[in-house]
Amino acid sequence: MIPRPRPKRFRLRRTMMFMNAQKPGLIKDAYIYGCDSIMLDLEDAVAENQKDAARFSLYHALKTIDYGNTEVIVRINGLDTPHWKEDIRVCVAGGADGIRIAKCESAQDVITVEEAVLEAEREFGVEEGRTLLMAALESPKGIINAYEICTASKRMFGVAISGGDFRRCMGTKFTKDGVDLMVARGQMLIAARAAGIQCFDTVFTDLDDDEGFMAEQMQNKAMGFDGKSLINPKQIRPVHDLLAPTEKEVIWATKVVEAYKEQSAAGVGVFTVDGKMVDIAFIPGAERTLRLAKACGMYDGDLV
Amino acid sequence: MKVEKTAVAGTLESSDLMVTVEPSSSGIEMDLTSSVINQYGRQIKAVVLETLERLDVKDCKLTIVDKGALDCTIKARVECAVFRSCGKSDKNIPWGGAVR
Amino acid sequence: MKNAVGRDIPEFLLKNGKEVYQGKFYMDGKYIQKAGPKTRRYEKPQESKIVDSIVDALKLCGAKSGMTFSFHHHLRNGDYVANMVMEAAVKELGLCDLTIAATSLGDANDPIAEYIEEGKVIGLQTSGIRGKIGDVVSRGKLKTPAIIRSHGGRPRAIEAGEVHIDIAFVAAPTSDCVGNCRGIGGKSNCGSLGYAITDSRFADKVVVVTDCLVDFPNYPASVEAIDVDAVVVVDSIGDPKKIASAAARISKNPRDLMMAENVAKVIASTPYFKEGFSFQTGVGGPSLAANLFLEKFMDERQIKMGWAIGGICGPMVELLKKGKVGKVIDVQDFDLDAVNSINQTPGHYEMSASQYANPANKGAFVNKLDFVVLAALEIDTDFNVNVLTGSDGVLRGAPGGHPDTAAGSKCCIIVTPLIRGRMATVCEHVVTVTTPGDCVDVLVTDYGIAVNPLRPDIIKCLDDAKIPHVSIESLKEKAYSIVGRPDDLEWEDNVVAVLEARDGTILDVVRQIRPYKG
Repeated sequence: MIPRPRPKRFRLRRTMMFMNAQKPGLIKDAYIYGCDSIMLDLEDAVAENQKDAARFSLYHALKTIDYGNTEVIVRINGLDTPHWKEDIRVCVAGGADGIRIAKCESAQDVITVEEAVLEAEREFGVEEGRTLLMAALESPKGIINAYEICTASKRMFGVAISGGDFRRCMGTKFTKDGVDLMVARGQMLIAARAAGIQCFDTVFTDLDDDEGFMAEQMQNKAMGFDGKSLINPKQIRPVHDLLAPTEKEVIWATKVVEAYKEQSAAGVGVFTVDGKMVDIAFIPGAERTLRLAKACGMYDGDLV
Repeated sequence: MKVEKTAVAGTLESSDLMVTVEPSSSGIEMDLTSSVINQYGRQIKAVVLETLERLDVKDCKLTIVDKGALDCTIKARVECAVFRSCGKSDKNIPWGGAVR
Repeated sequence: MKNAVGRDIPEFLLKNGKEVYQGKFYMDGKYIQKAGPKTRRYEKPQESKIVDSIVDALKLCGAKSGMTFSFHHHLRNGDYVANMVMEAAVKELGLCDLTIAATSLGDANDPIAEYIEEGKVIGLQTSGIRGKIGDVVSRGKLKTPAIIRSHGGRPRAIEAGEVHIDIAFVAAPTSDCVGNCRGIGGKSNCGSLGYAITDSRFADKVVVVTDCLVDFPNYPASVEAIDVDAVVVVDSIGDPKKIASAAARISKNPRDLMMAENVAKVIASTPYFKEGFSFQTGVGGPSLAANLFLEKFMDERQIKMGWAIGGICGPMVELLKKGKVGKVIDVQDFDLDAVNSINQTPGHYEMSASQYANPANKGAFVNKLDFVVLAALEIDTDFNVNVLTGSDGVLRGAPGGHPDTAAGSKCCIIVTPLIRGRMATVCEHVVTVTTPGDCVDVLVTDYGIAVNPLRPDIIKCLDDAKIPHVSIESLKEKAYSIVGRPDDLEWEDNVVAVLEARDGTILDVVRQIRPYKG
């Protein structure tokens, strides 16, 4: 068994790639493509009569495969199915980093899952509180209740929108300018930020439309998304490239963090860097830039 | 565990294996074909027998068609087939216990 | 006797001056007396050499049992000619004890496996050995050990008289009535006829088989009428769809692209990557995709490729047309884009196998090659490569130009996934050594890059360019940790195939596989 480090609630999650828990040929080295998180799917990718088989595959995949620094999340079946409880048991027993709650509509959904997770942690001798949670909002109700969902548990690290299901509920179709999901995305982003957790956009399914994918992820970046769900490894690189800071940004961030470390040691809280006023409010952003830079190989210092 | 009826798990896709278990009254019989039989035949058999032992299965007939599956997949498919054969594959699986 | 790559070569093979492999340039400086064919003088003018059928051609050439026939493989999986000739020889003329010296054999030649099992064909000399033929030879049905040579080793052996070809059969997309052949202009075009050229000059008799007769003189000719005894016109020499595939597409598989990009990065970090550099790739997924990323580096540094060689396909022709490579010298065409370009696009020329890779002449193209990007079935911790036997011990591949380009090039890069299904590509010992480790410089896998310790200069280049690399042992351990350590294959005593290094010394042997008893 490969021991996994304790999952971190706040970490880079620029790319979250879906993988079918039932495809042994693909899972065994999904992590080499370098995405930040993998989402092993027990829900839509698995046929109804194979849910049991998928759990066995998932358990052994979690226990034997070395995922390196890639986070492993599992998408469990909805609370309206007979599967979710056993899904939670196998996730916790297998040591998954987190659970994605499909079709989440209310804070109660999160609480229900959290209770089952705690029970499983106790049953399997896993450190209580270790398993993180995220919610997938797939319906208008989910979007309306976004803030209460985000704040329903300390295990919550983020929310995502599931575009396909949401559009079906709304009776809308994919549009190139993103208007079909604009309001939903906006509300979800605001709720996530207010709650202090991360927010992820939905998958882009047309693998041949490179331009369309670029347009959507540029809009994602402009709106403030932390990351994007993906369905194919070839989508990973474009997202990482787009979210990578520029060299100028990295130089600025390095100066800010260095200066802050010096100045705060001397007891100074406000100072100038390159003629601009800087105080503690700038530091999280600067550190985030450096972490991003480190992840894409642009920075190898030790400020973060 | 006792194998009560015939059950199948897995597929014939590359890197997977298809496991069929049937009830038997004369110990463990295994019929193995594999695309990597020369190099891994012995190991595949060993993993299957270990898995059956952990599940405390003493009698069963297994037919395995392997397409180059790794040990973790072999265990998963054998366990699933055995649990399915007694209709118990849906809940309360002993994760970390007999299934390991 | 153990050779320089640690393989034990049975004594009975070391007769008539045959030695074991002793290192990559062991034969440098030695002299050879080339052998010549015994040919008939056709002093009296002939208007035409056309005979009615292959059987007639065989009779004209005095075909007898015990002879060696040669074929080329430019028609690849679409070839009909080798099978047609063997059927005529064995079934209609009742010949036996024949040896086939083909430049390569593949799945298209499955019917020949029957003649091997019946004992009509008792010897095989080839680069590629696959499909049913590979299977029956692996099971020990061929009376004498098959001799496997690279594309460069074959013309060397022919010129030195180690292979005596009685009758060479040249499948020609076009020919005139006296045997001037070209690879284009007909209905089953293959482009370059590079592999057929040496045979046509050293065989005692040469028969051209074509499905498209053209006016005399069919010039410029790849195979010349002065070397041809007879011409046979048949309905079809091969299946065009399988001879040249539609344009080879660059892989979109993210794993292939990831490895290809790393290959390009390695190339760009070396000092050989400068204006006028030379290059060769294979046609596998990651190898071909490397062209794409290399182009980006070329654009960035504003340098052009001086020349490229090899088996050629569409993407390389694209580079030529864009003016990014000066000349393309072609020994084999894989797709229609390449077939339609050779000798048509300025800068795209044909070359023979000897000009390409023969180690015994005064300097083949591979000697000036900067970079070659190749694939591998297996590679071990000494960097020895196997492209011949599957990891189940069955013959299913071909050395091709692999050993030649690896030996000649300044930087030889092998690109391959670490694992294929449950088989570890990087292993402890390869089943068969087809390219010795002292010719292989860099390994690029989807789990990391390893550099041969014999090349500290390349290690420094990677370090300077901040390209991470690991030891090949660690890659092997990683592979085994995922798939488990395989059991050793078990072999019978008898030798079914002999692997000659490009210089004629013996690199390795393949024995009959012992079936699994479970």
